[in-house]
Amino acid sequence: MSDLAHSAHPQGFAHQFEEIDQQRDAGRLGMWAFLVTEILFFGGMFTAYIIYRLKHLPSFIEGSHQLKVVFGAANTAVLIVSSLTMALAIRSAQTGRKKGTTIFWLVFTWLLGAAFIGIKLHFEWWPDWHEGLVPRFHWFYNGPHAPGVLMFMVFYFCMTGLHAVHMVVGLGILTVLIIMTARNRFSAEYYSPLEISGLYWHFVDIVWIFLFPLLYLIGGRYPGS
Amino acid sequence: MSTAVADLHPAPAESRVNYLNATYGIRSWLLTLDHKRIGLLYLGSITLMFFVGGLAAVLMRLHLTEPQGALFEPETYNKLFSTHGLIMVFFFLVPSIPATLGNFLIPLMIGARDVAFPRLNLMSWYIFITGAGMGLYATLSGGVDTGWTLYPPYSSIYSHTNVILMALGVFTAGFSSILTGLNFVVTIHKMRAPGMTWFRLPLFIWGMYSTSLIFILGTPVIAITLFLLGMERILHVGIFDPAIGGDPLLFQHLFWFYSHPAVYIMILPGMGVVSELITAFSRKKIFGYAFVAFSSLSIAVISFVVWGHHMFVTGQSIYAGLVFSVLSFLVAIPSAVKVFNWTATLYKGSISYEAPMLYALGFIGLFTIGGLTGLFLASLATDVHLNGTYFVVAHFHYVMVGGAVMAFMGGLHFWWPKITGRLYPDLWARIAAAIIFIGFNLTFFPQFMMGYLGMPRRYAMYPGEFQVLNVMSSAGASILGVGYVIPLIYLIWSMRYGPPAGPNPWGAKGLEWTIPSPPPTENFEKIPIVTEDAYNYPSGVQSV
Repeated sequence: MSDLAHSAHPQGFAHQFEEIDQQRDAGRLGMWAFLVTEILFFGGMFTAYIIYRLKHLPSFIEGSHQLKVVFGAANTAVLIVSSLTMALAIRSAQTGRKKGTTIFWLVFTWLLGAAFIGIKLHFEWWPDWHEGLVPRFHWFYNGPHAPGVLMFMVFYFCMTGLHAVHMVVGLGILTVLIIMTARNRFSAEYYSPLEISGLYWHFVDIVWIFLFPLLYLIGGRYPGS
Repeated sequence: MSTAVADLHPAPAESRVNYLNATYGIRSWLLTLDHKRIGLLYLGSITLMFFVGGLAAVLMRLHLTEPQGALFEPETYNKLFSTHGLIMVFFFLVPSIPATLGNFLIPLMIGARDVAFPRLNLMSWYIFITGAGMGLYATLSGGVDTGWTLYPPYSSIYSHTNVILMALGVFTAGFSSILTGLNFVVTIHKMRAPGMTWFRLPLFIWGMYSTSLIFILGTPVIAITLFLLGMERILHVGIFDPAIGGDPLLFQHLFWFYSHPAVYIMILPGMGVVSELITAFSRKKIFGYAFVAFSSLSIAVISFVVWGHHMFVTGQSIYAGLVFSVLSFLVAIPSAVKVFNWTATLYKGSISYEAPMLYALGFIGLFTIGGLTGLFLASLATDVHLNGTYFVVAHFHYVMVGGAVMAFMGGLHFWWPKITGRLYPDLWARIAAAIIFIGFNLTFFPQFMMGYLGMPRRYAMYPGEFQVLNVMSSAGASILGVGYVIPLIYLIWSMRYGPPAGPNPWGAKGLEWTIPSPPPTENFEKIPIVTEDAYNYPSGVQSV
C-alpha cells in the first residue's frame, strides 16, 4: 500500500511490516512453504504412479517405450539451462547491474521455458496423438499390454500435463518480472520478487528432473537389461 | 479485573475511527486487505454454508423418524447425507475457526498490523467462495450421492450425479486452505511483536500454527486425489477401477492421508480457543503451558500416521492394521494432556460462568466422550463390530460438533465484543448454550446406542426396534437447530442495539484486549513490546 509507506522506506515496502528485512524473510519463508505444498501435491501423484508401476511392471515398461526419449532428454537440457539463466538474472539484480542485463537473462529464461513447452507439444504430444496414445480421445494402441499401457499413458499425461501447467504459470510470472524490471521496480536493496520467483522456477525444474527418469528412463532402455 | 471495566468507560463505538467505519460501501469490503474484514467475510460465508448443511441434517432426521422413512426416496436420502457431510466438512468446519477467528485474531494476538500477505489473504477468500459456490451449485442442481468420502466406485461408475463439480469445489476450496495456512505460518514466524517469544504466545496461536502445518502438508494430497478421481470420470479410465488394474484402496489411502489430519484441522483450533476461555474465566495461568503448546504440535505430527484406522476392514494388511491401531492410541496422549491441563487450570480458579465459559466447559465434556469413543474404533477387534454403524457417526459428531462447533461458538461469543464493539444479551447467550448442549446430547447419544446395537449408517430405512432411539435423536436435532438459530438472532441484533463493550469486557489478558473495540484499521497505534507471559492473571492462588 504505497499511500502508507513512509518515504524513508525503499520501493516495494508493504505497510504491515516494520522493516524491509522482515518483509524479505517473510517472502522467502512463504515461498518455501508453498514449495512444500507443491512437493506434497506432486508427491501424491508420484506415489500413485510408483505403486501402479510396481503392480503392473511389464505394462509400464511397455508404455515407457512409447515415449520420445530423445525429446525428453532435450527438454531436460533446456530446463537445466533455464535454471542457470534464472539464477544469472537474480545475480544481476542483486549486484545492481544495469536493468538491461537482468532483462536479458529473464527473457532468455522465458524463451527456454517456451521452448520446453514447444518441444513437448510438437515433438511429443502431437506424435502421441497420431499414434493413438491419447486415452479416451485418440486411443488405438493395441500392443500386448494395452490396458496397462492405457493406465501408464493416463499417468504420463496427468504428470507431464500438471508440470506443463506449472511451466505456463512460470512463464506468466517471468513476464510480470520482465515488466517490473523494465519499470525500475528492483534494485540491489529490493529484488525479493525475483528471488522467490527463482525458487519457484527451480522447483518446477526439479520436478521434471524426477519425472524424466521415472517416466522415460527406468525399465529396460539400456542395452542388455 | 472485571470490576474495573467501568472506569475504562469507552466512547461510543461510532465516534471513533475503527476498522468497521473507516470506509463504507460494498467495494471497501470486497476489495479490503484488512485481516479483520476478511475474517468477517469468511464468517458470513461459512455461516451460510453451516445453515445449508444444517438444513440437510434436519431433513435427514425428519426422514428417519419412521422406520420406512417418512419423507424421501432412498436416492434423495443418499444425496442429503452426502451434501450434509461435504458441505459441513469442507465448507464449514475446515475453514470455521482458522479463517474467521484465526484471521481476525492472529495479528492482534501477536502484535502485528496485519498478516504477512494481505493480498493473498483476500485471494484465499475469493478462492474459497468460488469453491463453495461450486459446491452449492452442485447441491442445488441435483446433488451428489457418493457420501462425503467420495469413494470410488460410488463416485465413479456408480454415480450419475454432479460428482465432478462437487469434487472441483472441494479441490478449489482446498487451495484457499493451503494459502491461509501458508499465510499464518509466515505471520506467526515473522510478524511477532518485540518480546513476543514463542513461549509467550497465546495457546490459540500454537493451535493455529499446528493447524496451518496440516493445511500445508495435508491439503495438497486431497487435491491430487480429487484430480485423479476427476480424471477417472472425465477420461473414463479406471484409475481406481480394478477392471483395468486400478486399486480402489489407493483412493482411500490418499483420501485419508488428508482427511484424517483434517479432523485435527477441525479440533486443534477449537482446543486453542478453549485454552483461552478456560484461563480467562478461571482467572488463572494455564497449567503446564509448554505441555499444552507441544501437545498441539504432537497431535499435528501424529495425525499424519494414523490414516489406516479408517481402513481396518477394507482388507489392508493385518500388520498395517496393528501399527495403525497402536499409532491411533498415541493420539489419545496429547489429547488427554490437554484435557487434564484444562481441568488443573480450573482447580482453585475464580470461575465465572459467562456464555463463552459454558461453551468451553461443554467442549471439555463432549470432547472427552468423543475422544474416548475414538479408542473403541482404534481397537482392531471392536472396530470390526462398530465400523460403518451409527457409533462412528456419533463418535465423530461428538468431536466435530461437540468439540469443534462448541469451541467455535465459545470463541465467537468471547471475541464478539472485540469484533463488533458491542455486547450481546448474556442471558440469551447462556440459554442458547444450554439448549445447544442439551439438544446435542439428545441427538447424538442415542446414536452411540443404535450403532452399538448394530444399526448401519447411511441407510434410508431401519428395523422398527430402532425407532425409539431414532425419534429421540430427531427430537434432539430439532432442539439443536433452535439452539443455533437463537445466537444468529441476538448476535445480529447486538451489532446495532448492543451496549458498547469497551476494550476489555471480560478483564482478559492478551494483546487483543489492550486495544479499543472494534480495533482501529492498523490494530496498534504503536507496535507493543511484550514483557510478560501469556495469561499472567494476578490470581491469589497459584497452581499447586
